[in-house]
Amino acid sequence: MKTVSAKDIRDAVAAMCIAANRELPADVRASFEAAHAAEDAPAAKEIFRQLLENADLARDTGLPLCQDCGLGVFFVEVGEDVRVEGSTLREAINDGMIAGYKDGYLRKSSCDPFTRKNTGDNSPAIIHFDIVPGDKLKILMMAKGGGSENMSRVTMLSPAQGWKGIKDFVVGRVAEAGPNPCPPTIVGIGIGGNFELAAVNSKKALMRELDDRHSDPEIAKLEDELMAAINALGIGPMGLGGKTTSLAVKIIVAPCHLASLPLAVNIQCHSARHKEVTF
Amino acid sequence: MAEYHLTTPLTDADVTPLKSGDVVYITGNIYTARDAAHKRLVETLDAQKPLPFDLKGALIYYVGPSPAPPGRPIGSAGPTTSYRMDTYAPRLHSLGLKGTIGKGKRSDEVKAALAEHKAVYLGATGGAGALLSQRITDAKVIAYEELGPEAIRELTVKDFPLLVINDCHGGELYVKPNLG
Repeated sequence: MKTVSAKDIRDAVAAMCIAANRELPADVRASFEAAHAAEDAPAAKEIFRQLLENADLARDTGLPLCQDCGLGVFFVEVGEDVRVEGSTLREAINDGMIAGYKDGYLRKSSCDPFTRKNTGDNSPAIIHFDIVPGDKLKILMMAKGGGSENMSRVTMLSPAQGWKGIKDFVVGRVAEAGPNPCPPTIVGIGIGGNFELAAVNSKKALMRELDDRHSDPEIAKLEDELMAAINALGIGPMGLGGKTTSLAVKIIVAPCHLASLPLAVNIQCHSARHKEVTF
Repeated sequence: MAEYHLTTPLTDADVTPLKSGDVVYITGNIYTARDAAHKRLVETLDAQKPLPFDLKGALIYYVGPSPAPPGRPIGSAGPTTSYRMDTYAPRLHSLGLKGTIGKGKRSDEVKAALAEHKAVYLGATGGAGALLSQRITDAKVIAYEELGPEAIRELTVKDFPLLVINDCHGGELYVKPNLG
């Protein structure tokens, strides 16, 4: 049995929230640089130039990359042989997020759905727990903005619709979203499972590295096919036209009911902010 | 694509020449307002009370900035998605609002209001909040402080870089997706 102190978790989560909001992940930065070189249209090139300058500025000044510092979303893998001491794990993560958003001068975006009154500290953190074998505690943090989240959808397709139905829905969703979710986007897709599992998987898919190939070569091919179809839309960075509408398409597949073909599309803006820590 | 340097408040003569795709640099004062502030503005109009700022010639920036760290007038301050304000924008244009700043598509009603009232929809680069904040030299809350990031702020901007997305002649910059 391994013991982890709630204070250590809290401090690590606070640091992750701040760092995620200030530091563009290296894989995203590399994709901006590649897209900047690949785009021919001056407007598309200029957007990538601005985004690279924005990333430098955020890193150097400590300002967040984007004013929408997102809701704090966490995927937590808790080893069966891990014990948290000092508070519950949920409290430690939530307290850490509150501290990070306060100390990092990050925007608090959580509010009551009816009164729209801001909770004031970005709480509650949205936490997905998974119990796994072993004595490790792994916490993945994502700062998820509202603009791209609003363009995301879950649908329950009929099994007969198959791959064509999936492809039409995903590409149609990206086309309809157009400039709204701050393209170039990353498209997370949950296929199968049930209503809520498809949605969770579509978000979890966004945590994969951009150049990570799916372990199943058949699914990797489907990701490539969707990516090509999406970029053929020509929406381009910020909807101004260009070759780069999305930087990556990531799929997670799960078995589903005989009657169903659940599908979720979670769109991530170009400011793909996430971090992870393992105890 | 032409380039314009405009100073607020804007007039018909400022707005009419603008065409989608033109680059516009704004200097002067602009007002922040997003979802909750727009609801309040419209409730204020319904109650026939005065608005917290003069709409005539004004520019509204759809933004909820991050908190100002010590030594800076404002935190990151890029645009939020504009369509959520579409229900409010035509009424504000009819009362003199000359332009809005945001990102993303607008409704047909908003586009019609731009034409009718000679106004413009300007796009700022989404997700470039740290960069855009460098062109904001001052910020003060002038209304609805309790809304936090959604409070109305008067921003002083210098050469704030924008693109004309929808002009008052029906022009639109966003590309239509190529659906094959």
